[in-house]
Amino acid sequence: MTRQTTVEATGSRLGTGLGTEIRLEGVTKDYGLAAPAVDDISLTIEPGEFMTLLGPSGSGKTTTLNLIAGFETLTEGTISLDGADVSAVPPHRRNLGMLFQNYALFPHMTVAQNVAYPLRERKVPKPEIARKVAEVLELVQLTGRDDTHPSRLSGGQQQRVALARAIVFEPKALLLDEPLGALDRNLRAALQTEIRRIHREVGSTFVFVTHDQEEAMNLADRIALFNNGRIEQVGTPQQLYAAPETLFTARFLGDSNVFELGAVGTGGTVAWEGESWGVDPETVAAHPGVRAAGAIVVRPEDVEVAGSRDAVPVGANAVRASVRDVEYMGSYRTLLLTVGERGLLGRARVSALRGEYAIGDEVVLWWRPRAQRIVAA
Amino acid sequence: MSSNKIRWSGWLPLVPALALLAGVLLVPLGKTFVRSVSNPDLTLANYEHLFTDGVTMTVLGRTALTAATVTVAALLLGYPYAYLMTRVGPRARGILLVVVLIPFWTSVMARNFAWIIILQDGGPVQSAFELIGVHDVVLYGTNAGVTIAMTQVMLPFMVLPLFSTLGSIDRKLLLAARGLGSSPTAAFWKVFWPLSRGGVMAGVMLVFTLSLGFYVTPALLGSPQQSLVAQLLAQRTTLLLDFAAAGALGMVVLVITLVLVAWANKVGGTVSALGVVATGQPKERV
Amino acid sequence: MTSQVKTRRRPVAVDPVPWWLKVFGGLVVAFFILPTLFVIPMSFSSATTFQFPPPGFSWRLYENFFTNPVWLDSLGNSFLVASLTALLATTVGTAAAVALSRLDGKAARFARTVLMVPIVAPSIVVAVAVYISFLGWRLTGTVGGYVLAHTAIAVPYVLVSVTGALGGFDQRLLKASASLGASPLRSFVRVTMPLISRGILTGAIFAFIVSFDEVVIALFLRSPLFQTMPVQMYNSVTVEIDPTISAASSLMVLAVTIIFILPQLLRGRAGRRQERRP
Ligand SMILES: Nc1ncnc2c1ncn2[C@@H]1O[C@H](COP(=O)(O)OP(=O)(O)OP(=O)(O)O)[C@@H](O)[C@H]1O
Ligand SMILES: [Mg+2]
Repeated sequence: MTRQTTVEATGSRLGTGLGTEIRLEGVTKDYGLAAPAVDDISLTIEPGEFMTLLGPSGSGKTTTLNLIAGFETLTEGTISLDGADVSAVPPHRRNLGMLFQNYALFPHMTVAQNVAYPLRERKVPKPEIARKVAEVLELVQLTGRDDTHPSRLSGGQQQRVALARAIVFEPKALLLDEPLGALDRNLRAALQTEIRRIHREVGSTFVFVTHDQEEAMNLADRIALFNNGRIEQVGTPQQLYAAPETLFTARFLGDSNVFELGAVGTGGTVAWEGESWGVDPETVAAHPGVRAAGAIVVRPEDVEVAGSRDAVPVGANAVRASVRDVEYMGSYRTLLLTVGERGLLGRARVSALRGEYAIGDEVVLWWRPRAQRIVAA
Repeated sequence: MSSNKIRWSGWLPLVPALALLAGVLLVPLGKTFVRSVSNPDLTLANYEHLFTDGVTMTVLGRTALTAATVTVAALLLGYPYAYLMTRVGPRARGILLVVVLIPFWTSVMARNFAWIIILQDGGPVQSAFELIGVHDVVLYGTNAGVTIAMTQVMLPFMVLPLFSTLGSIDRKLLLAARGLGSSPTAAFWKVFWPLSRGGVMAGVMLVFTLSLGFYVTPALLGSPQQSLVAQLLAQRTTLLLDFAAAGALGMVVLVITLVLVAWANKVGGTVSALGVVATGQPKERV
Repeated sequence: MTSQVKTRRRPVAVDPVPWWLKVFGGLVVAFFILPTLFVIPMSFSSATTFQFPPPGFSWRLYENFFTNPVWLDSLGNSFLVASLTALLATTVGTAAAVALSRLDGKAARFARTVLMVPIVAPSIVVAVAVYISFLGWRLTGTVGGYVLAHTAIAVPYVLVSVTGALGGFDQRLLKASASLGASPLRSFVRVTMPLISRGILTGAIFAFIVSFDEVVIALFLRSPLFQTMPVQMYNSVTVEIDPTISAASSLMVLAVTIIFILPQLLRGRAGRRQERRP
């Protein structure tokens, strides 16, 4: 199930080398609202892993992170760090670094004082503080800004200071709550790269909250996808994209053509709007829900377009469609399609070499049963 | 369990303040109340006497009348002043604001002593009236003198709530009314005044309520024959040592005040206005 | 450059402030501050009564104020009581304000209202109740009695000014501080306090003035052995007819004015200095 991440050992003295295992068991947080904010979550984050908590707004990501950090108390369940239950440990004794969306730098302190803060709290000797501050500021590429006040820095620089401050005391793990949310696109991309690099260099466990699927895909070793306070699926970005277990996962990560089915039987074919389609057993999700109700998901890049049914190879699944719109994207086109009798919206990504399509063209979509995925609806 | 612990520890820093308040204020007030209704058995006699002794009701009426006069005077002076504050530049506004707060924060005794000098027989007010041919105007020892001195201290409580209300009215509305053919006066009464009524209400309630409890000013500037309720209360406590009767009167004054404040608070956020006056931090600056 | 000069015309007031309103404002300003200023010429009077205008110039009243042990002791007592009150009220009030800023719900709102009661309750009622209780507890005429009573009425002022300062305080900084290993108390000392220090200082000043200037409760708590300056001033008009009060009044007016004007001036200068920065 869980993938072992390789931790590159580097020369940095800041690195703790291994990182900490974070284990959540049956974690529940109920604010007394209609539904619990976090509902019976179990998740093991491996030492040194870069885990991303992804999900739509209000799905419980921040609450989960706050529970790990100790800012919220558990309603039920346990959280342990390296096997030790920390449910009753107050946040300031958990030794976890945290990065906030609004940076949360202390405005009355300079950059160096901010970064030295956790070290002073730990009564580290002065010379060592100076050495570590210089070292970590170099790591985040802010050497020479020691005496600047945070308000004089740009958003990106402020977040680097916050990052330096959160890792300088070699916390057991680093928790990041949408740390790049307030930055513009280019800066986001640059800082994503930087956070990855720092993760590699310090080698500690990172838990990164975001609602941006692209960011999650770029950064994560593994993604835990949240929905309504529950974890929908955990896996590497590739697993989640290529082998979603549920319709929610399929829809949340990337575009897809979705054909909703009734119950998925045990036979070799399924029916959709009078079409009869072949099923490859390997592509049926293991999710138990799929037996009750399922859907076929095909990614736009896995769909082929033919002029008529005659051009569809034997054994492929096909459906009639008409071209609603064409988006030109360099070497390929994205066709927006009206699919089937009830006019479902579909997408196909085709190479420009295959010829051009015009709005209104009647076409046939087809794909191999191996390219489709049957998920729980 | 642990969540309960956290919930309780959040209240911990409040304990000293609440304990102090309880010890110094709530317990004494509670004891005063108990004493006022027991003598030693449960009785309302002390409260009945307030109505029948022939003095209390007269004094209460006089106090209410004085407070009402102060309120009207403060409104007449405070409204234009608050309006002016909204119309001048930030520097002038700062000065006008400090000026408002000065009487509130100048020594109570210094202020009242100054009024004694001004209003006394042979004082500057009398001399000024002589100049225009009116003789023997001595306001010292009269209710009029008390009213004037009280108005000066109460003005901030009128001006500041008004300032925050008037400042939030969009002046373009007034110009729009002018543009639609209203005279400046009509535009004021039809547009500006109705929009400012919340502030007027807050100021009026605040000034009236606080005016009911004045002690030093009437004691020093008024006359014993024209005493206000605070003087009566002091007299019954320290001279007559009739703690039960004094307690009953004190309770009545306190309840009237708190009811008015609670009501005013519903109408116009008075308690917060009070904090604003007290510390000179109008919303604008926060 | 030249075009700039050309276009900088005096703006034509579309909606001018009427002149009579300005005059009226001036009169109200005079009503606010002039009466109190009458005590200043009085304090240099050579008369032994409250006669105005003063018949002649003299330093006698100041001399008397600074040599007469009755006045000096009452001044010292007032300083002692006000300092202790400021200390206690600031500590207790700041703790309460910080706690209330993190709590919400009915109970918290009720607690805040209760703490504000001393500001709205008529001081005479408070004075009478406190007097009767303190008699029984043997607190009348003691420093402790004065300080306790004054603290109760000074706490709301601290509460308001610290709450104001906390309005601009980002509570998330406390989360950051905790995640960096600081206990709640350490976080308060290293993060909250420096950031709300202005509000705390303002609260302390207000608490000091409230106590220093308080008459009504002080009148009830006084004893022949211990009385504060406002009480001595009260005596000097009602019992003694001692014009030394005008010297005392002038000093108090001066002190409060300085306390009020000083921050305004400092802020003005700081503001201008910032403007000059490119
Ligand atoms: N302190 C709180 N009191 C009551 N309800 C809360 C509290 N904090 C969060 N919630 C509720 O819990 C649910 C989950 O919130 P949470 O902040 O964890 O979502 P999120 O996944 O981080 O969303 P976003 O992407 O918008 O930050 C929401 O419905 C929210 O309204
Ligand atoms: Mg969130």
